[in-house]
Amino acid sequence: MLASILASGLAVGAIYALIGVAYNTMFSASRVMSFTAGQLGMLGGVLGSLFVLRLGMPYLLGLVLTLAACAVVGVITEVVTVRPVLKSLDQHLYVLSTLALALMIQHAVAVQWSTEPHPFPRLFGPATGGITDEKFWLPIVACILTIAALEFLYRHTLVGRAFLAIAEDNFAARALGLPERDLRIASYALAGMIGALAGFAGGALLLAFVANGPLLNFYGFVPVALGGLGNNRGAIVGGFALGIFQQAANFLVGGIFSSVAVFVLFIIVLLVAPQGLFGAPATRRV
Amino acid sequence: MSAASAVDGGVTQRRGEASGVVRQLMPLAAVFAAAVFIPFFSNDYWVLIATRAAIYWVLVSGLNLMIGFAGQLAIGYVALLTLGAYTASVLAAGNVTPPVHPYAALVCAAIAGAVFGLIVGLPALRLRTFYFAISTLGFATIVTQIALAWQSVTGGGIGLPGPEMPAPFNTHWGFYYFCLALAAFCTWITFNIAHSRFGRALIAVRDADVMAEASGISKPHLLSTIFVFCGALAAVAGGLFATLQTYITPDAFTFDLSVLFFIAVLIGGRGSILGPLIGTIVLTLLPEFAAPLAAWSTFLYAALLLVIVLAAPGGIAALLDFQSRKPLESNRAIVPQPALLDDLLGKQGVRGDIALKDVVLSFGGVRAIDGASVDVRPGQIHGLIGPNGSGKTTILNVISGYYRPEAGTVTLSDKPLEAGRPVARADHGIARTFQTPRIVGEATVLENVMIGGTIKGHASFAEALLQLPRQIKEERMLRARAAEALRAVGLEGLGHVRADRLQHSELRFIEIARALMAGPQFLLLDEPAAGLAADEILRLGQLIKEIARRGTGVLLVEHHADLIFDICDHVTVLNLGRVLASGTPAEIRVHKEVVSAYLGG
Repeated sequence: MLASILASGLAVGAIYALIGVAYNTMFSASRVMSFTAGQLGMLGGVLGSLFVLRLGMPYLLGLVLTLAACAVVGVITEVVTVRPVLKSLDQHLYVLSTLALALMIQHAVAVQWSTEPHPFPRLFGPATGGITDEKFWLPIVACILTIAALEFLYRHTLVGRAFLAIAEDNFAARALGLPERDLRIASYALAGMIGALAGFAGGALLLAFVANGPLLNFYGFVPVALGGLGNNRGAIVGGFALGIFQQAANFLVGGIFSSVAVFVLFIIVLLVAPQGLFGAPATRRV
Repeated sequence: MSAASAVDGGVTQRRGEASGVVRQLMPLAAVFAAAVFIPFFSNDYWVLIATRAAIYWVLVSGLNLMIGFAGQLAIGYVALLTLGAYTASVLAAGNVTPPVHPYAALVCAAIAGAVFGLIVGLPALRLRTFYFAISTLGFATIVTQIALAWQSVTGGGIGLPGPEMPAPFNTHWGFYYFCLALAAFCTWITFNIAHSRFGRALIAVRDADVMAEASGISKPHLLSTIFVFCGALAAVAGGLFATLQTYITPDAFTFDLSVLFFIAVLIGGRGSILGPLIGTIVLTLLPEFAAPLAAWSTFLYAALLLVIVLAAPGGIAALLDFQSRKPLESNRAIVPQPALLDDLLGKQGVRGDIALKDVVLSFGGVRAIDGASVDVRPGQIHGLIGPNGSGKTTILNVISGYYRPEAGTVTLSDKPLEAGRPVARADHGIARTFQTPRIVGEATVLENVMIGGTIKGHASFAEALLQLPRQIKEERMLRARAAEALRAVGLEGLGHVRADRLQHSELRFIEIARALMAGPQFLLLDEPAAGLAADEILRLGQLIKEIARRGTGVLLVEHHADLIFDICDHVTVLNLGRVLASGTPAEIRVHKEVVSAYLGG
């Protein structure tokens, strides 16, 4: 039992962590939390199933197309819902504009694709049924690869450092002549791909299901709240912790109460450590 | 102004205020009066639709206070509708208890809604609004899951019957009038809250939370009250919704409903009641007229939401606001009437000083205050000058309670002033203004000033809901006082104007009027002369002198050396967080270091 709790916990945890990283990537570039993060994960699953199962493409091509499509969704998010409201961040209009876009994505998928869960293609042969099945290790591998790629990007490339610079201090970065707008668009495209990868790698586990959108919106945000806004390491630790906690609750007290347990945990963490467990203290207000 | 004309002004004011309230209530009353006749001119189907609109409005009227007034973006509020529907139905059906009377079941639903409304709202008390949005979303997700899975109680996917109303409310007509009456009642009580100090405090928390705190408004306390209230209304709406549906399953409570409620408020416009009411009616009717688009209805709602946010954030209310399109008189002058200060400031008892002793405070590695001592005495004007970054505003913020000094003491009448609790300062008789005026742009000038008098109100939330006598009396007192404060600072005649239409200099005087509302014993002014014309600075100086003459201690942070030397009794010069010099203006003027470091030779 412990093994299966760990296997499924780490697998869903990896998906939550990646969605959390997608939230953070958008937040770092723009100080905006976007409701499209969960929808990107949902799209990863749905588009993967569409390209590979329904249209019969080779899965590598399906993956590339899925990533590309979600990158485009990311860019649309930036142009349509974020840029127009950046001037008045304090009015929190971004909550509404990104929510509107997220709902539009979700309902377009519901109408054009299906409201029922659909199977996701097997990438590495038929199901084994055990805890060595690809549905358990694939998300974890995707998560590790993403972390490695992001670490490389942020530490060893000029573009990555520019990302860090605008995340640290937007004004100063602009004053230095960094192309803040282009970097923001790039961040949103990157977030799109990370979200898509989460959905694609987690496809076998979560299926190609439109209802995953709001679900991932919530479960993907919990790691962000745990780890502190904009803190990727916090999100990853938080994601795995959440996955294991949820699966353990699932095995111990049953399905419904595991979601109640996660919700209660979320509220308690917010009350006890409002800045997250690894977050920075609040900024000056006056 | 003579006493007679002052009284005269008060009477006109009162008449104006009464007609203002009536003017705002009239359209609301008209909507409900029209609704009364719907059954006479249509069939049962339309009565059903109208009933649904009335039920939605019971929920939206509360949500309007939360979203439109408090700015808390509750996106998953369908969860509380679901909770109310199931609580009422389960109790009335007797699944876990002996069957409960439908009315009692509704009351129980309201209690459950109040409790969960508060729990879901907890993150909003301390965190940015996105956390609250997510927590309502998460709650919406799990409530439906529980309804599906807890079969023994909720009937799972099969569902259970809604409570059946007793006669005479068990017919289409009867139930319609029951819901309509409740909707009208909710309109009235939310209107009362909107026009009470609670409603003003909500928009203050939304648009200028730092100012709200300094005015003695406790955000956690206020928001908790609203969450309880809105949760109860939503759950009652849920109980009625279950009766209307006659049978409920988890499918009946899709997230689409949440979107509908939410958009109804936003289409209507922030800080309005009529707007969201129209929004609710329109959105309830829309699917009836756009049946072919039914599959895409939520997509269209979402698209509509996007368009509103990007193109018309003011909503219907902004379109209906004809008043704000009238041009203002362009050559207005600010002419304070210090004589009126007597009433506002009253007789000040003899009090001790505000004393800072050897205060140290650093931000990161920078010592913003490095062992400074300042003493503000009642009835005196204490000027605080120094170069940028010398710690002037920081000292003001320490007194206001925003910062906690690392060393040193801050006392009032020799008793320590608790650090980190700015909300308690108003009760200590300390009021302040801000370097950048913190004003609620969408509220009128008079309402802005009235926010400063929040601590003068004692009527409870419940008294405000029902417009009980104490509330009416206090509201009248606050209104009269605010009008007087406006006249005292020289903004007479601008009370009814939206604050964001005024000039910068006028906003500075609004801030002073707002601070005067509380009848402060100490007044902290943060660069009140910044951006003022020369003659305005002169009048400002006169006003400050008159305020101090009535016993209020003034701490004046300023860069205009002329103003400082002109009106101050005592001047402290700061440099790099330390006191460079302290003494009378005459002493400071000739102080060698000050002259070379700051004033210029």
